[in-house]
Amino acid sequence: MTIRSQMRKWKSNLGWGVAWFGTALVLFGLFHLLWTVLSKGITSFRWDMLTTVTHGVAGGLQNAILGTFELILISTVIAAPLGILGGVYVSEFAHTKVASVIRFLTEVLSGVPSIVIGYFGYLLMVLNWGWGFSALAGGIALTIIMLPYILRTTESSLQQVPLAQREGAWALGMTRFQAISRVVWRPAAGGIATGVLMAVAIGMGETAPLLYTAGWSSLNPTWHLTGHQVGYLTYVVWTYIEQPYPEAHALAYSAAFLLLVIILVIHLVVRILVKRATVAAK
Amino acid sequence: MKRVSSRSKIADQVFLVATGLCASSPILFLLVITGIVVVQSIPSIRLMGWDFLTSVTWNMGSTYGAMTVKNGVPVPAGASYGALPFIVGTLASSVIALLIAVPISLLTAMILAYRVRGVVKSALSIVVELLAGIPSVVIGLWGIVVLAPWVSSSLGPLLTHVGWVIPFFSGPVGTGMGLLTSGLVLALMVVPIITATTRDLLEQVPILYREGGIALGMTSWEVVRLICLPYIKEGMIGAVALGWGRAMGETMAVLMVSGSAINYLPQNLYSPISTMAAVIADQLDSAMTDASHMAVHALSELALVLLVLTLLTNLVARLLVNRSRGTRRAGMGVKAG
Repeated sequence: MTIRSQMRKWKSNLGWGVAWFGTALVLFGLFHLLWTVLSKGITSFRWDMLTTVTHGVAGGLQNAILGTFELILISTVIAAPLGILGGVYVSEFAHTKVASVIRFLTEVLSGVPSIVIGYFGYLLMVLNWGWGFSALAGGIALTIIMLPYILRTTESSLQQVPLAQREGAWALGMTRFQAISRVVWRPAAGGIATGVLMAVAIGMGETAPLLYTAGWSSLNPTWHLTGHQVGYLTYVVWTYIEQPYPEAHALAYSAAFLLLVIILVIHLVVRILVKRATVAAK
Repeated sequence: MKRVSSRSKIADQVFLVATGLCASSPILFLLVITGIVVVQSIPSIRLMGWDFLTSVTWNMGSTYGAMTVKNGVPVPAGASYGALPFIVGTLASSVIALLIAVPISLLTAMILAYRVRGVVKSALSIVVELLAGIPSVVIGLWGIVVLAPWVSSSLGPLLTHVGWVIPFFSGPVGTGMGLLTSGLVLALMVVPIITATTRDLLEQVPILYREGGIALGMTSWEVVRLICLPYIKEGMIGAVALGWGRAMGETMAVLMVSGSAINYLPQNLYSPISTMAAVIADQLDSAMTDASHMAVHALSELALVLLVLTLLTNLVARLLVNRSRGTRRAGMGVKAG
């Protein structure tokens, strides 16, 4: 073997070695992060945090947990129909040009910084429409964050349904609406559910769009949609870790821990759904 | 043959219109967001003009004193809104993030695409996706608790040793809350985006091209370096731009570790900074105390600048990534042939 080819082999090994090192670095960062938050979270989490509200820098997280659920509920109720029906249009009805324009602009919308969406919500809904910091303003801000994901996943899972299924439905004399509502959506349902779940996970972790729209409250949320501030978990993580008190830190760690656990569970469910869908497809 | 009843025909039309309206909602949101932010920025644009982009001082003026009129706009005495430190902070922290994240993401994507198979591959892909799904406040929390102390005690002092070559690296390290930590946190957040996009692109490189390289006697590394990377070049630039847009728009994690500097340009790698997104989040309370609402308008202009920057990078990124997805089909043809 010549020296030159040995050098090339050695370079190849070196290159892949560096590549493995890079991968290890990413994995190390992620696991260090997970380990830090989970271990600190477990030690500071108490079950009575689920049943008490925040008092000053201490207390529990009930208001934030319920507030997060209320915000997610509002945003999902708005974003899921918009996104799913929009995805149906892009996949089933739109001409190729129109579809690609909508697809492109939806991707652009998902690139708008979340703080800009929050500030827009503040200017329009909180100030201009006079809703004040409120659940509805926060929910609509989250809707704008979640909508692109739901639309895109709905569209791509409908695209994977074979054309023959639609043709079969049309051949039975169904209109397009009947074909979609009785036949085409079934194989795509898993994918659509996955998209909605992922959007929920994304919405739960958002802070920036809510700072200017939902405000903060240490009381449990009421069903007043406007004029009443709501608390949410990510706010606790952000503000309480910067307080100098150990009780406040415990609350911040617990809130981060809860968020992480919920998001991990959603990811797990999504994985199972996807796996089931691919097994069924086979 | 069963005839289609007029009722189901009407239902069909209603459904078509309803889905069409829903599909146009993202475009509507995009237009309304841009419109509102532009309209609300107008007073601030009239007040500051181009100085907004070049001045260093961000001062709401005396909120207790009398109003003065400057450039035809009533404002508290001494009000001045200069966003230069925030623009510099945004660009500097996101560029540092890219300098760290791009090589790491490329290498990780290469491993994911070519070096692992089966269970390991799907496990690694899930892990990378998981990283993208971690809330930014949680990453910020880790940044405060782990990263900032580490930068302050280990990484910073280490990097100051190269200060005599690059003056920007020297200087007091401080608390660790600053430019470098922001860059590191942002890097962690853009790695999954660039990695996932690049991995998809690498997997689309036609197998024939790679086999051709191997048949010429190339090592597996040379195949990647000389065949695969040039093949995906355009899409890769798009992936980097995508990550850049995300890094510039990221708020919470940066807000938590940046040190929130105001009226101050970064002097070295460890200086406290502030980004446009972080300032918007940080200045809410003070903006609400301004009776003339000029602070609200100035923040709106800041949001406008940020929106324009991220929209531009996103447009370029999507065009590049989508175009190289288009060439994939041509590549598939080669594969089938």
